[in-house]
Amino acid sequence: METLERIIGEHPFFAGLDAGFLNLMVSCASNVRFTPGTYILKEGEAANTFYLVREGKVALELLAPPHKPIIVSTIGIGEILGWSWLMEPYVWKFSARAVDAVRAIALDGRCLRTKCEQNHDLGYEVLKRFAGIVEQRLDATRLQLLDVYAVRR
Amino acid sequence: MATSSTIDPMLPQPYLVREVSKETPDTFTLRLDPGNEARESVFRPGQFSMLWVFGVGELPISISGDPALRDRLIYTVRSVGQATHSLVNQKVGSGVGVRGPFGIGWPVEAARGRDVIVVAGGIGLAPLRPVIYQVLQNRKDYGRLVILYGGRSPRDLLYRKELAKWARIPETQVLITVDYGGIGWRGHVGVVTTLFKYSRLHPARSVAMVCGPEIMMRFVIRELETAGLSRDDIYLSMERNMKCAVGFCGHCQYGPHFICKDGPVFPYERMRPLLEKYEL
Ligand SMILES: Cc1cc2nc3c(=O)[nH]c(=O)nc-3n(C[C@H](O)[C@H](O)[C@H](O)COP(=O)(O)OP(=O)(O)OC[C@H]3O[C@@H](n4cnc5c(N)ncnc54)[C@H](O)[C@@H]3O)c2cc1C
Repeated sequence: METLERIIGEHPFFAGLDAGFLNLMVSCASNVRFTPGTYILKEGEAANTFYLVREGKVALELLAPPHKPIIVSTIGIGEILGWSWLMEPYVWKFSARAVDAVRAIALDGRCLRTKCEQNHDLGYEVLKRFAGIVEQRLDATRLQLLDVYAVRR
Repeated sequence: MATSSTIDPMLPQPYLVREVSKETPDTFTLRLDPGNEARESVFRPGQFSMLWVFGVGELPISISGDPALRDRLIYTVRSVGQATHSLVNQKVGSGVGVRGPFGIGWPVEAARGRDVIVVAGGIGLAPLRPVIYQVLQNRKDYGRLVILYGGRSPRDLLYRKELAKWARIPETQVLITVDYGGIGWRGHVGVVTTLFKYSRLHPARSVAMVCGPEIMMRFVIRELETAGLSRDDIYLSMERNMKCAVGFCGHCQYGPHFICKDGPVFPYERMRPLLEKYEL
């Protein structure tokens, strides 16, 4: 059985964190599972958690009434789901649905937010890591917006 | 097709359309053969033909079939304008003139012993399909085969049945993504570059072959370089417009290179300056 310490300690997202900070992360972490089709988080609800996906695929959906929701991207094994817990007003801007059986580690954002406020060194390390993810997603979104496969006339 | 050097490369050979099958709403695969004539169609993966459509004109189209099947020529064509529209609407039994095969193709022979990474966007999978056939027919001569394929939406994906079949072959990883996924789509959603994080590459022993819109290829190259591939191990197909296909007319000339006869496949190192230009 893999321990939370090991999984978090070996995950690239947490690479370079010193042992004290890693322990803090572990103290905010728990194992979670979602069956296919269930919502992990919902647009408009309070954002107090983020997830490290260990198995399965998660679809990020935007509600687009009167049409069906649109999947804007998917998050897979090894990836981080959710950063709204870190930025005010701490509300999800999209919904996340388990496409297949999802196993993840949930990190308590409320607990981590408090610790980041108390210790800005930790806060900077966390923010730096999330900024990297935001940058990657922004790059991908820009390319997606270009609609490169459309016929140019 | 011109297998003998005595055939004038400027003279179209008569072929008959035997089958037209729909891949996506705007893309069709055509099977041509030389009718009763005993002509073999020999080509290397990545080469293209100049297809003469009567009453419309001539256009370059990559050969998308299996190089081992010499009794036919297969093309996958996306209808984007007058000539391609006319081509995909050819009736079974109608005639098409074929010149070629032309160009330098993918380095499939040189890649023996190595991992092959195929990265395709949209119709770009068509010129790469012969590479996949050849690698799979000589499976033990190659390391891993990684196929990363991105399309606009699920209904725009080519060769879906074959992709599913290839994914079941040992040492072959097939990852597919779409830019826009409906709620029923269970695969990845995101641009093709987002697949790299799932692809388990071994850069030192890999050769990458990339085909798609130029902007997509630029983003893909960035990922391949970040993964540690050397520029000399990254190959691209440059499908800019051309006319004669044999390096006479200069229509597709770029500096010292003619896309038609020195390409369409080039090592990235040689194409770097061209990728940064708007027009030839
Ligand atoms: C070496 C080579 C291999 C090719 N292989 C294939 C193939 O396997 N399948 C396929 O469907 N197409 C392929 N093409 C592209 C194909 O030749 C063009 O789409 C076709 O010539 C367009 O003619 P048209 O009269 O239908 O459209 P046009 O009216 O000439 O053009 C319609 C639109 O498509 C754009 N366009 C035309 N040609 C190109 C091009 N080469 N690259 C990007 N945009 C273009 C035009 O700018 C215009 O916006 C290849 C091109 C080259 C140079």
